Amino acid sequence: MNAAMLYALTGAGLFALGLYALAVQAHLLRKIIAFNVMGSGAFLVLGALAHRAPDQVADPVPHAMVITGIVVAVSATAFALVLMLRVQSETGQPHLPEQPSD
Amino acid sequence: MGTLSPDSPWTIWVIFSPLAGAVFTFLWPRRARLAVPLVALGTVGSVACLVWQVAELGVQSHALGGWAAPLGINLYADGLSAMMLLTTALVGAAVTFYATEYFRRASETARYFWPLWLCLWTALNALFLSWDIFNLYVAFELLGLAAIALVALAGSADALTGAMRYLLVSLLGSLTYLLGVALFYSTYGTLDIGLLGDLTAPSAASWAATGLMVAGLLLKTALFPLHFWLPPAHAAAPTPVSAILSALVVKASFYLLLRLWLEVFPVTAAGLGHLLGLLGALAIVWGSLQALRQTRLKLLVAYSTVAQLGYLFLAFPLALSPVAATAWSASVFFILSHALAKAAMFLAAGNILRFAGHDRIAELGRAPYGVSLSWAAFGVAGISIIGLPPSVGFAAKWLQLEAALAGGQWWWTLPIVGGGLLATAYVFKIISCVFSQNGRTSGTNGISWRMEWTAFGLSLAALGIGFAAPQLLALLNSGTPLALHEVGSAP
Repeated sequence: MNAAMLYALTGAGLFALGLYALAVQAHLLRKIIAFNVMGSGAFLVLGALAHRAPDQVADPVPHAMVITGIVVAVSATAFALVLMLRVQSETGQPHLPEQPSD
Repeated sequence: MGTLSPDSPWTIWVIFSPLAGAVFTFLWPRRARLAVPLVALGTVGSVACLVWQVAELGVQSHALGGWAAPLGINLYADGLSAMMLLTTALVGAAVTFYATEYFRRASETARYFWPLWLCLWTALNALFLSWDIFNLYVAFELLGLAAIALVALAGSADALTGAMRYLLVSLLGSLTYLLGVALFYSTYGTLDIGLLGDLTAPSAASWAATGLMVAGLLLKTALFPLHFWLPPAHAAAPTPVSAILSALVVKASFYLLLRLWLEVFPVTAAGLGHLLGLLGALAIVWGSLQALRQTRLKLLVAYSTVAQLGYLFLAFPLALSPVAATAWSASVFFILSHALAKAAMFLAAGNILRFAGHDRIAELGRAPYGVSLSWAAFGVAGISIIGLPPSVGFAAKWLQLEAALAGGQWWWTLPIVGGGLLATAYVFKIISCVFSQNGRTSGTNGISWRMEWTAFGLSLAALGIGFAAPQLLALLNSGTPLALHEVGSAP
């Protein structure tokens, strides 16, 4: 197993960890962090996949995708945090109701 | 550029005009009322030119910045893209017209509505024209964020929790999709849909990528049992937003699934197709039954969307036969029919809600007189949802039944016909309100003729566009996006 494979597997592990937390955590802030862990996992996989041969330059396309992905993730996180604050001020709770109302 | 010649890259203008509008209305919100009609006109005009190009000259492809496929990003328009753009333009223009009246007073909401809605329109058009699976991810994410912000505009607790749930689902769906993109790129070294289509072969990596992408897209298309987020979000949003979400946004992720299924995914196993069809059939039954149980008008209409989305997925098993093109065409017709009819229904429901001040179905019978045209719109849109002739809904169901019988899969006719009966039940549950009570209570809020006529016009379009079915079918087959899959299908 080479280093790139190790990074890719770590990325997949982070993705799974984030997915688990997203499912089981009720607090919205924890869910948002879980989503960020998932995102980091996906970006790590992408970064690792850029590896070609030990003596070759890494493929730049996945790196470009990671940068775009980070931009998307940052804006999504900012939006999620604002929405979370609004939910908390409207309902008084930092988590979603169990059942969709009605 | 900009002159009307056959070579003009209208693909760019289709994306650029709503984007320019979004930026303009964000920077100069006070001028929005003047700018928005022009932007809508420009976008619809560009779409019309592109549709004409596709119909007359065939597939339109444009390499952005002059960089060709393996390195650059291609815009690509064939019959399927043209149909989706056309549907979006029809509904988008109507909703824009409606919203200029709906947001006449509420200034703060209106201020954010226009940039977000034009941004969403940009994302939709970009999605339908992208020919690169990563570019699709970006358009998809832009679409999701704009849609969720629009839901949150309503500001109520229901809308905010609905938007939050929608956001979490949407982010999960797109990240799963992104991981699939990463796997495809690492296996085949390209993101271009056309190049991938030539390369993909059944292997562990491409199956994993396919599985991840399908799962992410199903979540965002709200296929049963992943539909839980849709009714609260769609019902709690402001009226024009409900119409946009139900008519267009969920269709975009279905389009993406359809496109990838036809072009990219390795020759698909019968198992996955049958599973999608089964979930679709369950969605029809479950969504319709839930719609019947609802006591609020907008939630009923939202559950009807869950049911109608099920029909789209019946194409996956039906296409595993020699009549694949018929099955796919049926789904595209369903998209058109449902987009027009459901937009009409939500706009009509919004008028009734605003007029009566509430949308409790049991008490709606007292307020039919002020908004009789909206009730008529609801009924006429109901004809399309049920699938009676001459609506496009009827054409779609007819094609689907034909595909089921000609393909030797008669059992799929049961959900198709049964869903029609259930739809009849929930549409009549609403319509009967008008006739059941005769108390003449005038509503509190006047509804302008524009809002009523937009809803009614859309419902009439859903009914009347069925007469253009042969022309639409010819347009859809331009570039034969749907015939490709017949080669690899099982007998």
